[in-house]
Amino acid sequence: MLTGIYGLLSACFFVVLDAVDVAFTEASVGAGISGLLMLAAITITGRKEAPKRHKPFLALFVVLVTGSMLIYGTLDMPYFGDPEAPVHQHVAPRYIHDSMEEVGVPNIVTSVLGSYRAFDTLGEVAVIFTAGIGVLSLLSLPRRRKKIKSEEATEEQMHERHMVVRIVSKALIPFILLFALYVQFHGDFGPGGGFQAGVIFAAAIILYTMLFGLDTAKKVFNPALIQLLAAVGLLLYACVGVVSMLNGANFLDYNVLADDPVSGQHIGILLIELGVGITVASVMLSIFFNFDGRRQAQAEIQAEKQQSEQEQKLKGEQDVSRTL
Amino acid sequence: MLAHLPILQVVVPLIAAPLCWFLNRSKLVWIFALIVCAVTCVNSILLLIEVMKSGTIIYELGGWEAPWGIEYRIDKLNAFLLLIISTIGTVVLFAANTSIQKELDEDRHTLFYSLYLLSLTGMFGIVATGDAFNVFVFLEISSLSAYALIGLGRDRRALWAAYQYLIMGTIGATFILIGIGMLYQMTGTLNMSDLATRLVDVGHTRTVFVAFAFLIVGICLKLALFPLHLWLPNAYAYAPSIVTAFLAATATKVAVYLLIRFTFTVFGISFSFTSLPLQSILMVLGLVGVFAASITAIYQQNVKHILAYSSIAQVGYMIIGYSINTSTGVMATLLHLFNHALMKGGLFLALGAVMYRIGSVQLKQFQGLGREMPLTMSAIVIGGLSLIGVPLTVGFVSKWYLLVASVEAGMWPVAVLILLGSLLAIVYIWRIVEMAYFKPPLPGREAVKEAPWTFLVPIWILVFANIYFGIDTRLSVQVAQAASQSLFGINP
Repeated sequence: MLTGIYGLLSACFFVVLDAVDVAFTEASVGAGISGLLMLAAITITGRKEAPKRHKPFLALFVVLVTGSMLIYGTLDMPYFGDPEAPVHQHVAPRYIHDSMEEVGVPNIVTSVLGSYRAFDTLGEVAVIFTAGIGVLSLLSLPRRRKKIKSEEATEEQMHERHMVVRIVSKALIPFILLFALYVQFHGDFGPGGGFQAGVIFAAAIILYTMLFGLDTAKKVFNPALIQLLAAVGLLLYACVGVVSMLNGANFLDYNVLADDPVSGQHIGILLIELGVGITVASVMLSIFFNFDGRRQAQAEIQAEKQQSEQEQKLKGEQDVSRTL
Repeated sequence: MLAHLPILQVVVPLIAAPLCWFLNRSKLVWIFALIVCAVTCVNSILLLIEVMKSGTIIYELGGWEAPWGIEYRIDKLNAFLLLIISTIGTVVLFAANTSIQKELDEDRHTLFYSLYLLSLTGMFGIVATGDAFNVFVFLEISSLSAYALIGLGRDRRALWAAYQYLIMGTIGATFILIGIGMLYQMTGTLNMSDLATRLVDVGHTRTVFVAFAFLIVGICLKLALFPLHLWLPNAYAYAPSIVTAFLAATATKVAVYLLIRFTFTVFGISFSFTSLPLQSILMVLGLVGVFAASITAIYQQNVKHILAYSSIAQVGYMIIGYSINTSTGVMATLLHLFNHALMKGGLFLALGAVMYRIGSVQLKQFQGLGREMPLTMSAIVIGGLSLIGVPLTVGFVSKWYLLVASVEAGMWPVAVLILLGSLLAIVYIWRIVEMAYFKPPLPGREAVKEAPWTFLVPIWILVFANIYFGIDTRLSVQVAQAASQSLFGINP
């Protein structure tokens, strides 16, 4: 809850700083998905903290030193909004003045992330992909075909209860998906792009999963397919680079993708953003599916335990009655 | 194609990692990953030859020139590092198929190779790039995959170790990011060589000092310098054997590289070593690290723990060489990077073989193994000798240059302490040897067979390299010398 508020607040903060793209990302990731994943993690582990054994004085000391260093470091920083600050003098002017002719994308942030520093973005996508594989490798369960029918039934009953939420979100989900696509393909002109779009897209499906149960969602979105899609997104991005290399330019140089450099840049950015979107959405989904699958498996195990306990109790009672 | 060598080094494993998912058959993926690693290895050899011949190679990504776009800048130093990482990556991976069959579930094998390649990508990216923020991005790739790889260990403590590493590593990465952010704020650029020229004007500001401090502390966390080393022993001990061999031989090396790169290239020698008492701090920490870690190693019961603590001690040696701050000192550090990768790669692989046969690497289990697994154990002995620094092994070469450097700089006490540290290494290596050769086999244990050939080949490749480069030092010494001289601006 607090992390959600924190995410939203820092998103507002970024808006104040005129960093709309960052704010957008923060709003969708920080306020949306990360809180959700946190909650999912809590449902797996439990909500009570283990009692502390040691006093955290050392940690407090380290935090204080770090904090005071940070404050000390701000003393000589250029003032906020100072047009003479080195940040505004050295590299940025070219982005602002020339990016329209060189890249041809009205949103400068997109042209920096998508073209000037495209390799960083490729790295970020790889980071997300790595995170996805990491979660998969640590959390994925060995496949279990056996399903408990009664368990499913109770869960469906639970979903039946939330009638209002269900109907409202059923109506909302298509629009959320549509909005995600808009953010995806409008990233050239306004704030947005693959990262935000991917997260929003994933959020819509996660909402669906929460309301209709994991099994229903898995029927629509095959987990194996999603995992493959994560790889496809990253590959798409990297292959754009390889294609430009095969066309005789440097890696990720989009100028050679079409006859006209600017339209080449357009194609390149569109493709890589698509790659980003696919990877982000599918990684988010597969992480959530894994968390949820884990939770369900635990619930199943507990249910089995309870069942066996009850059976034992019954047996015990029978034994008792027999002896009587 | 030759012009694209720098980027191919990174992009080939990056593309290969998601491709692994499409193969999805353990053995097939292994062969594929092995081929990819071999390609990067050849690539790095070509790069090194090219750099030694014609000097620094600059590659502009996306065709944008330096401060606006990202550039790869390969000089002698990173070409050397790339060679070390890619060689170790390939050799270690050779044994992977056999090893993970026993240590991992069948359905995680593809994920394992995928993560391995990503980790390799991350390290290549850190080393090859000439852009400070790009360093951070690839640092994230390599560390995230490392956490996951460690967490794959069979032992349940592996998860805890990975978690500890995750927390410490994330703090380190955040510190590095804060440092880079502050540098960007003061200079308006992220390119390393551009930073170097522009930092001269703002070098006196407090912000730059703080940025420097954050960067150094962050990197020291990553390289497990003495008081910040706590994550390392468990991470190495409980990870799958292949992962231990790979990470022990490469991960800390990359952090040492970053330290050298940032202090020498970005901040410049005069800033790094005169304005702050960095030299004496690091020297003391390095020395304390050597002794504390070596002494702890003597008391360990798990052989992986022994070697992990010894790794921390070796990092101490590297930092000592670095903080002597002469061309010879840095050269000794670079040599030790190379040599330590060879020793630890071989040693941890040999432990992997023991793990494969016995299923445990407790010191007690080593009783009598000298007779039962003669080839593996003799590899451990030679690797151990190299670790101590016996003549005719690589360990001797780097220790020798370290001694020469400290004597040249007039630091006699340091030289004496380095020798004493080596004596401690004798103790912990001797404990393993004693167990393996002078004790009867554990009663009640079935006879153990020699390790399979898939283990023996990579182990002995590394052991032979240990001896070969201990005798014929031309390649390693030449490259290390050239690299360190170019750092100090002599004969660039």
